[in-house]
Amino acid sequence: MAMQSSESGAAGAGGGALKSYLVAHMREYGLLFALIAIMVFFQIVTGGTLMRPVNITNLFLQNSYIIIMALGMLIVIVSGNIDLSVGSVMGFIGAFAAVMIVEWNVPVPLAVLVSLVMGTLIGAAQGYWVAYWKIPSFIVTLAGMLVFRGASLWLLEGQSVGPFPGSFQLLSTGFVPDVLPKEATAELGAVFGARSFNILAMGVGIVAAVVIVSLGLRERARNSAYGIEGEPANFFWARNVIVLGALLFLTFKLATFRGLPNVLVTMGVLIVIYAFITQNTVIGRRVYALGGNAKAAKLSGIKTERLTFLAFVNMGFLAALAGLIFAARLNTATPKAGFGLELDVIAAVFIGGASMSGGSGKIVGAVVGAFIMGVMNNGMSIMGIGIDYQQMIKGLVLLAAVIFDVYNKQKQG
Amino acid sequence: MTTLLEMRNITKEFPGVKALDHVNLSVRQGEIHAICGENGAGKSTLMKVLSGVYPAGSYDGEIHYEGALAEFRNLRDSEDRGIVIIHQELALVPQLSIAENIFLGNERQKGGVMQWQETFRRTEELLRKVGLKDTPGTIVDKIGVGKQQLVEIAKALSKDVKLLILDEPTAALQENDSRKLLDLMLELKSHGVTCIIISHKLNEVRYVADTVTVIRDGMTVSRLDAKQGLREDDIVRDMVGRDMSHRYPERERRAGQVVMDVSKWNVWHPEHAGRRVIKDISFSVRAGEVVGIAGLMGSGRTELAMSIFGRSWGRDISGEVKLHGTPVDVSSVDRAIAAGLAYVTEDRKGLGLILDESIRVNTTLANLAGVSTRGVLNEAEETEVAERYRKVLATRTPSVMQKVGNLSGGNQQKVVLAKWLFTEPEVLILDEPTRGIDVGAKYEIYSIINDLSAQGKAVVMISSEMPELLGMCDRIYVMNEGAFVGELAAAEASQERIMSLIVTE
Repeated sequence: MAMQSSESGAAGAGGGALKSYLVAHMREYGLLFALIAIMVFFQIVTGGTLMRPVNITNLFLQNSYIIIMALGMLIVIVSGNIDLSVGSVMGFIGAFAAVMIVEWNVPVPLAVLVSLVMGTLIGAAQGYWVAYWKIPSFIVTLAGMLVFRGASLWLLEGQSVGPFPGSFQLLSTGFVPDVLPKEATAELGAVFGARSFNILAMGVGIVAAVVIVSLGLRERARNSAYGIEGEPANFFWARNVIVLGALLFLTFKLATFRGLPNVLVTMGVLIVIYAFITQNTVIGRRVYALGGNAKAAKLSGIKTERLTFLAFVNMGFLAALAGLIFAARLNTATPKAGFGLELDVIAAVFIGGASMSGGSGKIVGAVVGAFIMGVMNNGMSIMGIGIDYQQMIKGLVLLAAVIFDVYNKQKQG
Repeated sequence: MTTLLEMRNITKEFPGVKALDHVNLSVRQGEIHAICGENGAGKSTLMKVLSGVYPAGSYDGEIHYEGALAEFRNLRDSEDRGIVIIHQELALVPQLSIAENIFLGNERQKGGVMQWQETFRRTEELLRKVGLKDTPGTIVDKIGVGKQQLVEIAKALSKDVKLLILDEPTAALQENDSRKLLDLMLELKSHGVTCIIISHKLNEVRYVADTVTVIRDGMTVSRLDAKQGLREDDIVRDMVGRDMSHRYPERERRAGQVVMDVSKWNVWHPEHAGRRVIKDISFSVRAGEVVGIAGLMGSGRTELAMSIFGRSWGRDISGEVKLHGTPVDVSSVDRAIAAGLAYVTEDRKGLGLILDESIRVNTTLANLAGVSTRGVLNEAEETEVAERYRKVLATRTPSVMQKVGNLSGGNQQKVVLAKWLFTEPEVLILDEPTRGIDVGAKYEIYSIINDLSAQGKAVVMISSEMPELLGMCDRIYVMNEGAFVGELAAAEASQERIMSLIVTE
């Protein structure tokens, strides 16, 4: 009897630790599972259209500019601010590039450079008022939103401007050439029912998978060396199997279509860079400190004004990049480009777990948040659901995600 | 005297912790009852049980109030029965007037329309009762913390309070404001109001309390009656569970060369033009020396420290700071840190810590260069640093990944100290280093300060608690209205001499 009771007690304690870990990290797992569940759901209801190689490629193209802006928005929100102007700035830069390239015949590389500088300056102008004059970012960027909406209309004189030369379109619609010519992989492609098989795409997927696992293992080893209680081993492997499975699956799909889109490469590199900056660098840490407690950060010798300023400068740069990609994808600049897009970007960041009050949130979360929105947009469009219902559903998903967050926090006490 | 309140065998458990374990509390009608205990002993939990924040059913045990079993489901329930609790952190709306605050949630109204005349008239009566001379229309933000405390009490009185609970009412108050508040409690007692006071300040407990209940680790340890005489040492012994005849650890006093020398320091108020807050202050501190700054609240001690530390307060700052005889640039916080200064703030939660972040992140915040190469953080090194300071300062926590918001006041203070020690300063300015932390933790903080001075650091200590300054410092500067009015060596200093310097000036 005594033996039995002590055994069940031990098992109960072990279960408790797992459970408490799960509760503490509910958000991260929840987000991942939500994305997978949504993908599986739409895969079924669209009769397999969602995961077709061409659609997956489209999914990346369609959401690239949202994701790129979400990277900057995450930093702005972590720093305790908000940027409502990104949609308008994005549209304005697209218009600016179109006028330069199409009307003034400025060479494409120069036009791209000037556009990026322009976006950065716009970010700097807004950041200046927020950082050094302490004007609430909501107001400064609300003003910016109106100003650049108007500026796009003015610049384009209410007309659409296009089309762009082919070299500019490559920004968005181009694909990275494979290491082998198409004919060489035709046989391999045939095995999967495709015309060719992109070795580069698959290779990148495999390398990325190996890197993710080895980085994860390294961190686990380090944590246990310091006696820090990390993720339970079975959780770690389950999560990795799911993530890697998804990664390899997606790159496989891409490989059987046209390979890696240029945008995906740009986006992937940016995600890695920004994840690194936010998690592993001094400046990243300082941004979190600024958002967590600006006064304490300042009294610790952190130049809080300059950091805020830089967060907006960076946001301006990324909004400009997104603007170029968006214009290249549509192959025309329209006066209404980017209207309301800031809300999608902000929603992605909050779905991804960032806190409105600043100080918390992760790049990976924002990216997953953007994909959740993107997959829903795409899936609902394939199903033929009207834009009216789409908006309502997206709104409710945002609300549900934040409620889930708050509920979890309360539960943790 | 009849018993007003009896809490019997109260047990309250949180997941993994037993916060209260069969606690008994018996309060007589018309007395002032003090509850003493270290931070985390369960005092606040007990008061939350009493006031219905933790509703009946969420704890074990019984509450008998006015002779009958009481089961409060929420704060409203207990307030309706005349139990009012005033928390450590004041719950006033700073932008509203005194009158509006007093009747907040309990407005004098007719069909939703404010009855301003009645509100103001009643407020005036209440303010008279608590001895506050400000007009009812004064904005709460414009009066000091001491007066705000009185407004809170007036608010409690407006609700026909029978049992008034004050949770560390004097924690943020100056000696003379504290005295006023305690006298007010005695007066309320003479009008038949029963009070429960939670306090760390034992001299105050001795001054007002009729009965003292000591709680330790969620259990009732003792119940002392003032009629038999209250001895501070007895209370302290019961609180910490050990004899505390030495409240200040011994230190070998051995001052070296002058490390920091401040001369002709002048600071003007950042908002009120033409108001000079710091007036021509000059002082110095030697290696291995602990120098105290005594003074009333509002005398400019924090302003002096913060203005020296990277001009964090004030404008038009003039004067010179020398370290080892050479003038140094302390015009911004990072320059001050680089020069070898560290400032441990009096406002731990507001200015010292990022409560949502881990101990590790907070420890390295002021010296991220120390755990990074070319701007890239080395997390392993960072963890090592945090671990090192956790051990050196004996911070009690399961791991350095713990959020500092979950730590007790004493342990939070150790994290703030760790942050500044990691910048390897030569001069440490400690602003109220033991505010709001319990006796046991205070002793540990004192020991840390002694260790620092033994290592040759120069320490400046600002404190409102004069016994603490007398027990710790080699020299004490006395400050009043923005100027130094005296300097006393440890041997010649006493509470009386300090007070007389302040008063005669």
